[in-house]
Amino acid sequence: MANNSNKTALAAPAPSFWRDPDKRAIVYQALVLAFIVWLLYSIINNTATNMESRGLASGFGFLTSSAGFGIISTPFVPYTEDSSYFTVFLVGLVNTIIIAFVGCVLALVLGFVVGISRLSSNWLIKKIATFYIELFRNIPLLLQILFWYSAVLKPLPGPRELHEAGETVYFSINNRGLIFAEPMGQEGFQYVWYAFFAAIVVSWLIRKWAYARQMQTGEQFPNFLVSLGLIVGAPLITYFVMGRPLEFMPAEMSRFALRGGVTIIPEFVALLLALVIYTAAFIAEIVRAGIQSVSHGQTEAASALGIKPTHRMRLVVVPQAMRVIVPPLTSQFLNLTKNSSLATAIAYPDLFSVFAGTTLNQTGQAVEIMAMTLAVYLTLSLLTSAFMNWYNSSIKLVER
Amino acid sequence: MHPVKTIALSVALAATAGLAQADETLDAVKSKGFVQCGVSQGLPGFSNPDDQGNWTGLDVDFCRAMAAAIFNDADAVKYTPLSAKVRFTALTSGEIDVLARNTTWTMSRDADFGEFIGVNYYDGQGFMVPTNLGVSSAVELDGAAVCTNTGTTTELNVADYFRANGLNYTVVAFEKADEVVAAYDAGRCDVYTTDRSGLAAQRTKLSKPDDHVVLPEIISKEPLGPLVRHGDSQWADVGRWTLNCMINAEEAGINMENVSDMATSNDPNIKRILGTDGDLGAKIGLDNAFCANVVAAVGNYGESYDRNVGPETALKLERGVNALWSQGGLLYAAPQR
Ligand SMILES: N[C@@H](CCC(=O)N[C@@H](CS)C(=O)NCC(=O)O)C(=O)O
Repeated sequence: MANNSNKTALAAPAPSFWRDPDKRAIVYQALVLAFIVWLLYSIINNTATNMESRGLASGFGFLTSSAGFGIISTPFVPYTEDSSYFTVFLVGLVNTIIIAFVGCVLALVLGFVVGISRLSSNWLIKKIATFYIELFRNIPLLLQILFWYSAVLKPLPGPRELHEAGETVYFSINNRGLIFAEPMGQEGFQYVWYAFFAAIVVSWLIRKWAYARQMQTGEQFPNFLVSLGLIVGAPLITYFVMGRPLEFMPAEMSRFALRGGVTIIPEFVALLLALVIYTAAFIAEIVRAGIQSVSHGQTEAASALGIKPTHRMRLVVVPQAMRVIVPPLTSQFLNLTKNSSLATAIAYPDLFSVFAGTTLNQTGQAVEIMAMTLAVYLTLSLLTSAFMNWYNSSIKLVER
Repeated sequence: MHPVKTIALSVALAATAGLAQADETLDAVKSKGFVQCGVSQGLPGFSNPDDQGNWTGLDVDFCRAMAAAIFNDADAVKYTPLSAKVRFTALTSGEIDVLARNTTWTMSRDADFGEFIGVNYYDGQGFMVPTNLGVSSAVELDGAAVCTNTGTTTELNVADYFRANGLNYTVVAFEKADEVVAAYDAGRCDVYTTDRSGLAAQRTKLSKPDDHVVLPEIISKEPLGPLVRHGDSQWADVGRWTLNCMINAEEAGINMENVSDMATSNDPNIKRILGTDGDLGAKIGLDNAFCANVVAAVGNYGESYDRNVGPETALKLERGVNALWSQGGLLYAAPQR
């Protein structure tokens, strides 16, 4: 554009200010900017005035007051009713991150399986995949969450039907959740971790070596199996060598429920099921579109070269499809994260439920709490985008 | 760019529009022609929509009474169903004119969210358990899972109670009351806790109401009452004297049936209550006959109680502490004079 106008400027007498598209654009942009600044100013000013006129206190001082309510599940964050509202924020944050992360990983796997099945040459598999997608994409997510919640709760027996008071229990599935004995590392258990990390590093080195060797000699190396063996085997052997330094602390049945152990609450399971199944339906369509975008000539060329059908998909089609898949996949991950705030319907204590819900209701600090909550979702979204953009650029076509 | 601008603009507008409403609610209500009343999402006896979508209940009667006091038309009400969690935001943001949603009057709520104009039901928090749990007192509940609503005093009281008694518990807190009922019914929890009136109401929604008992302990004071936004004392007066009117009418023996005959009464107290003498109504911006209109349309407090939560209803709640002070209860309204 700039080039263009320079050329006209040379050919003809300089246009008047308003006829020069470059200058006009600058004026318009300045106007828009001024408008936005004014808008922001008036929003902030209005909010402040309104809050003052209604006697709404502002500031973040409330974060140190004690919360006074119990939370059903507080992984990684020590929490009691005496903890502060800030701790409530952390609890909610951790719960949101857990559900979002596990949800994204599982949705990706399921979405890929369904998406590829949708293109299967097997009629039955293809129809099942299509049915799955049409069904779950079109039912509102909230309904699905409530459905899975009662589907998880209703058929399960209560703990009192399964266990006697005083019984020690290593594993149980009942309507209070999935409960299992808590593994506690004893003296020497750290070596198991060391072995695990060492195995990862070694696997990575082997992979590099095998790649270089294949480039040179064409010989293949069973990379995956060897790495798997290492990563599972090394810690396992260390574990036995160290004299099994892991103790399992069982749960104990009280008069009403199991106490101790690790509990995965049914609310988490139901929310996870709903989010994964719903999002996977969208991801499947994205995967299908991505695969179909790869020209059929690629598959034919691969067959002509004698590449095995499984390798054809994995080494020729999918890598090319990824370029089409990744950008819309990112927005599905973001959707899943944001949708996890529907947790509040079924008592899963995510950020939206315990902080933007209960804490807001108790303190009335709407502006501060909403700002913090929005900042969290925004940060999570930006981090996801940043990661996916990085991944996207690492797989994009290298032009020679 | 466009959607962003539109959103920003509407936010700004909303913020300004809210400001204009902060004072003079009565005039605003009169000019729009109805009272916007925040109620629960469905609590039998207090605020509950029937099959045709008509709302009934003790709290609903209060909304209707305000409409009768202002417009002489108890139907001039629009209802906003609210969960416990969002109710105060709805009030402070100006979405509703009055909140009548079995809301406990506490000091922090009075300071943070609005002005309570009185108490229309004296309650206390209780526990309900399945009969086959074999529990007869709350102190036996060590280790139990407890279902309740988020954003309530209930959630805080139960934490206090279990800690004070050195008992372990897990709380499962839902936003909607119907979800609490469903989860408790499915065995997710051993205990359902909320206001005792709420227990009586929610019990009717269980699959087998008779298989559950309410434990004897009352672990808190829950004075339930309507509230309005801070900073508009005229509107607060309208609410306060509507409620007082219903209680004073019961005390003076004025009811739906006899209210028109009472207009000829010579009793000076009744004359002041019904507005045949003096200008009490006009002092707060209402018709002098506002209280007569209220009683004619919704009845006195006792009638409203019996119709909605009393022993003849599904809730079967005795008057108890909610009887008039002269009959051993706590209801004691300031006189209309
Ligand atoms: N009085 C308590 C509890 C009020 C409350 O929300 N109770 C629940 C359970 S009885 C309820 O009304 N639910 C009806 C609904 O959510 O619509 C408070 O003000 O915090």
